[in-house]
Amino acid sequence: MDSLAVIVARRKRQDKLFGALGIACTSLGLIMLVVLLGDLMYQGFGRINWQFLTSFTSRRAGSAGILAAWVGSLAVMCITGLTAVPLGVAAGVYMEEYGRKGRINTIIEVNIANLAGVPSIIYGLMGLGVFITLFDFGRSFLTGGLTLALLILPIVIVATREALRTIPVHVREAAYALGATKWQVVRHHLLPYSLGGITTGVIIAMSRAIGETAPLIAVGAVAYLASLPQPAPFSGEFPFVSFEWIESPFTVLPILMFNWTSRPQADFQSNAAAAGLVLIAITLSLNAIAIFIRYRARRRIKW
Amino acid sequence: MATPGALLDVAPTVDRDPIARLVQRRQWTNFAAGSVMFAAAASSIVVTCSIVGILLFESITFFTQTVSPIDFLTDTMWTPQFANPRYGILPLVTGTLVTTFVALSIALPVGTIVAMYLSEFAPHAVRETIKPLLEMLSAVPTIIYGYFALQFMTPLLQKFVPGLPTFNMLSAGIVMGVMIIPYVSSLSEDAMRSVPMLLREGAYAMGANKVHTGFHVVFPAAFSGIASAYVLGVSRAIGETMIVAVSAGMQANLTFDPRQPAETITAYIVQVSQGDLEHGSPGYQSIFAAGITLFAMTLTFNILGHQLRKRFRQAY
Repeated sequence: MDSLAVIVARRKRQDKLFGALGIACTSLGLIMLVVLLGDLMYQGFGRINWQFLTSFTSRRAGSAGILAAWVGSLAVMCITGLTAVPLGVAAGVYMEEYGRKGRINTIIEVNIANLAGVPSIIYGLMGLGVFITLFDFGRSFLTGGLTLALLILPIVIVATREALRTIPVHVREAAYALGATKWQVVRHHLLPYSLGGITTGVIIAMSRAIGETAPLIAVGAVAYLASLPQPAPFSGEFPFVSFEWIESPFTVLPILMFNWTSRPQADFQSNAAAAGLVLIAITLSLNAIAIFIRYRARRRIKW
Repeated sequence: MATPGALLDVAPTVDRDPIARLVQRRQWTNFAAGSVMFAAAASSIVVTCSIVGILLFESITFFTQTVSPIDFLTDTMWTPQFANPRYGILPLVTGTLVTTFVALSIALPVGTIVAMYLSEFAPHAVRETIKPLLEMLSAVPTIIYGYFALQFMTPLLQKFVPGLPTFNMLSAGIVMGVMIIPYVSSLSEDAMRSVPMLLREGAYAMGANKVHTGFHVVFPAAFSGIASAYVLGVSRAIGETMIVAVSAGMQANLTFDPRQPAETITAYIVQVSQGDLEHGSPGYQSIFAAGITLFAMTLTFNILGHQLRKRFRQAY
């Protein structure tokens, strides 16, 4: 039988050892992140210049650029955002404020939880089957944007619900007591107060969408595109604005990076790294903005 | 939600009453807004139905016209591009399972230890800084991980594993595991932290140290939450596409050796979608058959996770 002092010493040693193991494992993740960024920087930073950002892709790695890809990413994000945000916020408000205890609400809730677990490539297959084959939207910006919108819909809904849930009940009760209808409560109180939380969720969802590759391959994004969205959305002639570009073939940054990654030549690999750097810069700054907004919103509102 | 019936109660009989008109208008707006929002919420059900419907429709045509479901599930060759194509899903399933296994054998232990460390050992300030940093790992687009696996991890592993081919499941699985760590650690840590302090204090009072308390008190008490974190990790790994498509190879290969190249279900869908697909061709239908297999696998794990959560839920 060990003496008490020995047992205590052993147990303290156990704690120290596990603490060290914990730090090691935690750093493993962080080190990987640093190595990943460092590797991208090392391989790709030299390729990033004005020419790279303003040229179309090319068969020669040295003169290839990402113009069509980043404009395409931006255009797809517009369609995705314009679809997913109103739809997701409305659905979130309904579930949190209107249909609280209903049976339908339970079904929708389980359904959204399951949708969030569906692999992204499956959304691509659905986009292929529904938007391209059934609705005949073609392999276009519209199809790509809508597919990603459905993909991030659960994220937007969950974010909206969580933001609404942090608003105390007495805010609602006070508004009702003054004779407001449910819609007025939502419109004048709940939406403004939850704006910070919803915006955070939307930005995180968008940063997820902008990095998605697999579903867009399934709906036929092209890697080799040497034109901006056609016809141009703005023109000097009446009616000045045209939306026909949403039916033209599309490409996005991750697709171009995938195409470059799957080529054997080393020059294309550094192009891929450079495209990856641009992509990761966009993603991480979106995330940083989201964290900042969340922080600001939390500080400003005191119930 | 307001019903049209409620509107009738306030519908003014005296048309000149301004307040009644105001109320009526508001109730109409309220009803309209409620209906629109209900439609938005219901649209999520339409999404699910169209996913299931499209997958079923195309793969049923595939199973009746091209290959019987029994051959699909038992044949050991997946050679759709051959003159005499064979559609046995098994090689793709083993590819998926092996990469998933490699990824999880990193993500589950490391994720659990990180969660335990952050919840039980780390000071508050450390936890609040580390958690968002770790979550950035899961914010990195997966195509970048694919590039990283092919261009960094594989050359690195080739120094330790002699004869490792350029495309292999090992490096894809390891990188995937790193990507999944924050999914596991974040949710597990939330679960561990929601275990009431009373339980820990009880253990400390009996003379237990932190390791003991962590593994024998906190871990079992938080198990329902931890289990759902694990399940989320599993279904992420099964459904992960770009990492394996880039770095594990695009040749179906029935093997359990992670050093070999092999194609996963997701990578096959990517490979075929890259070409020009004619609607109604066997190639077109085969990606839906592969898709429904994938969908069934992740759904099984999601349901399993739900059951686990119910079974081990502790109420305090």
